Parts: sequence; C-alpha cells; structure tokens
Amino acid sequence: MKKLINAVDAVVREQMEGMALAHPDLLRVSLEPKYIVRADAPVAGKVAVVSGGGSGHEPLHGGFVGYGMLDGACPGEIFTSPTPDQIFACGMEVNGGAGVLLIVKNYTGDVLSFETAAELLHGEGVAVRTVLVDDDVAVKDSLYTAGRRGVGGTVIVEKIAGAAVEAGYSLAQAAELAQRVSVNCRSMGMALTSCTTPSAGKPTFDLGEHEIEIGIGIHGEPGQRRIPIIDADAITTLLAEEILNDGPYTRTVRSFDPMTGDWAEVSLTSEPFRAGDRVIAFVNSMGGTPVSELYTVYRRLAMICKERNIVIVRNLIGAYITSLEMQGCSITLTRVDDEMVRLWDAPVKTPALRWGI
Amino acid sequence: MITTADMEAWLQRAADVLEENKGYLTELDAAIGDADHGVNIARGFAAVVQKLAAQPGQPLGPMFKSAGMTLMSTVGGASGMLYGNFFLKAANVAGDRQALTPAELLAVLEAGRDGIVQRGRAEPGDKTMIDAWTPAVDALKEALAAGQPLPAALCATAAAAEAGMRATIPMQARKGRASYLGERSIGHQDPGATSTYLILRALADALADEDAKQA
Repeated sequence: MKKLINAVDAVVREQMEGMALAHPDLLRVSLEPKYIVRADAPVAGKVAVVSGGGSGHEPLHGGFVGYGMLDGACPGEIFTSPTPDQIFACGMEVNGGAGVLLIVKNYTGDVLSFETAAELLHGEGVAVRTVLVDDDVAVKDSLYTAGRRGVGGTVIVEKIAGAAVEAGYSLAQAAELAQRVSVNCRSMGMALTSCTTPSAGKPTFDLGEHEIEIGIGIHGEPGQRRIPIIDADAITTLLAEEILNDGPYTRTVRSFDPMTGDWAEVSLTSEPFRAGDRVIAFVNSMGGTPVSELYTVYRRLAMICKERNIVIVRNLIGAYITSLEMQGCSITLTRVDDEMVRLWDAPVKTPALRWGI
Repeated sequence: MITTADMEAWLQRAADVLEENKGYLTELDAAIGDADHGVNIARGFAAVVQKLAAQPGQPLGPMFKSAGMTLMSTVGGASGMLYGNFFLKAANVAGDRQALTPAELLAVLEAGRDGIVQRGRAEPGDKTMIDAWTPAVDALKEALAAGQPLPAALCATAAAAEAGMRATIPMQARKGRASYLGERSIGHQDPGATSTYLILRALADALADEDAKQA
C-alpha cells in the first residue's frame, strides 16, 4: 500500500485539520466529536442542512460545507457510518432556530445513526426532518435487501436543498423538495480498479488487468457483474442504458415528523425517464480517473441523451463522490423542473463547489 | 430488588464475556458480514464500564443512557446503534429509580427490545439479534408470571436466548449487510444474536452472584 498518510488511525483527523487550516473563511472543524460546520453557523432563522457518512468519498460531504450547500457534515471513519453523537452535536451547533434537515444516504449503519440522531435532536426541542437518498440502480431489489444505495444523487440533493434553505424555504418545504429531487435521481457506477482502505492495506477486491466491475457502490463493495474491458463509449452506453431503461422503483421510506416526534412510513416511486425530460447530467470520477476520461464519457452520454430526446439542461463533471483512489466513474441523471434548475444555479461557496459568488 | 450495583455488575460481566468471546464473534461475522463484530462490541462495552466507573452513584435511567450513548459512539456500524438504542429505551423506563422489582426489570428489557425492533425493523426470522431477544423476553415474562424467583427466571431467559441464537443458523438473512448474500447466508449463526445471548447470560450470572452475596 502506497498512500500519503502518516498513521492509519489519524487519517480522518488529519484530513479535517488540513481542511480547517485551508478554509477558515468557509468552515470550522470539531474533532471531538468529529464534524465540520460552516464558518458563520448557526445562521439565525435559516433551516440548517446536515449530512454525513463514511470518509473516503471526498469531497463529499465536508467539501460541500459552506454558503448555499451544507451547514454541517459528519465524517465517520473510512467507509464507516458516523455515530449519532456526532450528528447530534453537529445539529445542535448549526440549528439557527428554524430546524435541521438531515440528508441520509441509504446504508443500514447511516440510516440507523441518523434516525437516532433525529430523535436526540427532537428531544432537545430541535425541529428535524430526514431525507433519504437511494439512487443506485445497480441494486434491483428493495424487498429482501436493504434497498438501493445512496450514491451520486447525494451531491445533487445537497446542492439543491442547500440553495432552497438559503432562499428561505421552511423545514417542511425544504424536506419535500429534497425528497422530490432524490426520487428523480438515478445513478450507475463502474470500476476499472479496486481501492485500498488504509486499515485493510490491500485492495478490497481483485480485478484482473482486462476486467471491469459494473454496478459498484462507493465502498469498494463488489458490483452487479464483472465483464471483460470494453471501450469508453461502450461503457458509457452500458451505464446510461441501465439508468434510462430502469422501470418504476418503489420503496418504503421512514420519515420523521417533527410535530409528533414519530416516524411515518411513506411509499415513494421513482418514475422512469421519458423523452422530453430535462436532466442534470453528472459524470463523476471514483477518485483515480482523470477529468480527460470523464469528458470522453460525457461526450457519449450527451449523444445518447440527444438520441432519446433527454434534454441535458445542466451538467457537473469531476470527482465529487469518490471511493478513495478507485479508477472508474459513475453517471447520475436527475430529472429537474424550473424550480430545481433555479436552485441549482443559485450561488454556492464551498471548498469543492463554488459558483455565482 | 435489583439495585444499581446489580446492573453495574451485569455490564461489567457482559464486558468481560464479550472480551473473552471477541475472536469467536468476529469469526462468525467474517462468514456473513465484515469481520468486525467481536472487536467492535468488546471495545464498546469496555468503554461503557470505564465511563460508569467515572460516574458512580447514578440512578438507573442516567446509567443506562450513558451506556447507550457510549455504545453508539464507540461501536460504530449498525450493531452499536441497535444496542445503544436498547439502553436508551431502557433508560426511559428506568427513570430516576435506584432499584427495580423483577416486574420493572422485565419492563426495562421489553422496552429495550422494542427499541431494537423499532430502530432495526427486523422481525423474528430475519436472522438478527431479535431472534435471540424476543424469545428471551417472552421467557422472562412467562417465568415471572409463573411465580419463579428472579435467578431461575433469568436462567430461563438466557436459555431462550441461546435457543434463539442457534435457530438463526438455518435462516436466510433479510436485514443488514448479510441480506445481500441471499441464500449464501444460510448455515451460519448470526453474530448479533450471539452477542445478545452472551449479554443475557451475563445478566443471569451477575444476578445469581448478587443473590448469593446477599444470602
């Protein structure tokens, strides 16, 4: 294992210390418990947006803390859920009196942790709502497994939700919008190589020189299937078709009601993409793939969308939700309406996303 | 009455037993999970005991709440959240009490078990710790209703947990990480059900000891 680290158990802390030194104008860092909040938190009267998850996906989530996006981010150990005490402390610090919206990627540990934190915050009189992101079409079955994983769609949901609360949306309005964005996201990823977590010291899975893994998540977990390597256009076509041909997907989501302090089960359905849909197209590097290759993927993706009369109204191309140094990419398409596009375009000022300001 | 000292003895004993069995638990987890349950749970309970020693004389509610928060912040992953939630719900029932009657102990365990169900949404048969918790709580309820003394009732509780743990072997996992294995999860004993059995065995042993001391 060759990595730019000092000690395995210091990786997360030292990264956070570096962020604090690099971006004092944008954010503050707490090391015990670990969380990152925007420099001017709490913003009085504004709903706060908090997310979090295992480390190793940078810039997600800490790199999205700042004006117009996240108020707080809670990093767990590499590929390990954050704990409720982190999320609770972060939520308490960023709450500006209008409540806290928790954006949760669908992994068992993350869900349990954020649900517990929601109850703890509620117990302290903080209004809380939760939004689940589960956009990975590689997982087909929601009945006998933990359901689709939260991947690239998380970036889109966090940007739009952050802009909404900056524009004065209430907690209920922001939660409704964020869940609507999430339901309209679909993603599919692939790996050219595995990745190595510092604690394991060896690649999470073995992939031959001429093999690629289709349908990977973001934790180096094996994907849907392994195939011999094909060219960029063929890979892009394969990923795009998985997304564009995906049928309706229904799952039951637990959503927290800040009035009653109880969980309500809500059935949500993602409708398939149709000709005429307007989308944000997001081509993401898994960490080790260069931007040049991402544009090669985008080139083919744009052609496919044009053939199908899917209108790309905005795009995002780069490494935004990664799996350490893994080579590979993911594509996320998000069906958007005027409101979502307006909020996508709204100013944002974070370490990893910055425009209009 | 079951005192705060009894409950401290339980948590101490649970920490010791989990430490002794951490290799075994991790081995079970390697087969159908990510090979860290033993190490994580032993670390969590060791932290619970350490924290309790630093805050002596607390009523049962705050004591359980401290245990729950410590487990959630030190174990990591789903099992830390589930055991942590057990103690948070137990704390709500225990409140300011310094001691519990057997019926109140049952109410505490039942609330904790319900907390795990509510959080993890597992049902009996899903191959999770609930397959040990539910028969154990039912056994305690029946034994107390039948007028058995507490030590005997807790032995029945632990025995039911053990049977529930063994019953997970032929099950196919439907919750958590093992669920992605599908049929390949069959034939393996669930690590969470196993740690639950060890924790309830520790409860029976700790209160049998306390009884002997008083006698």
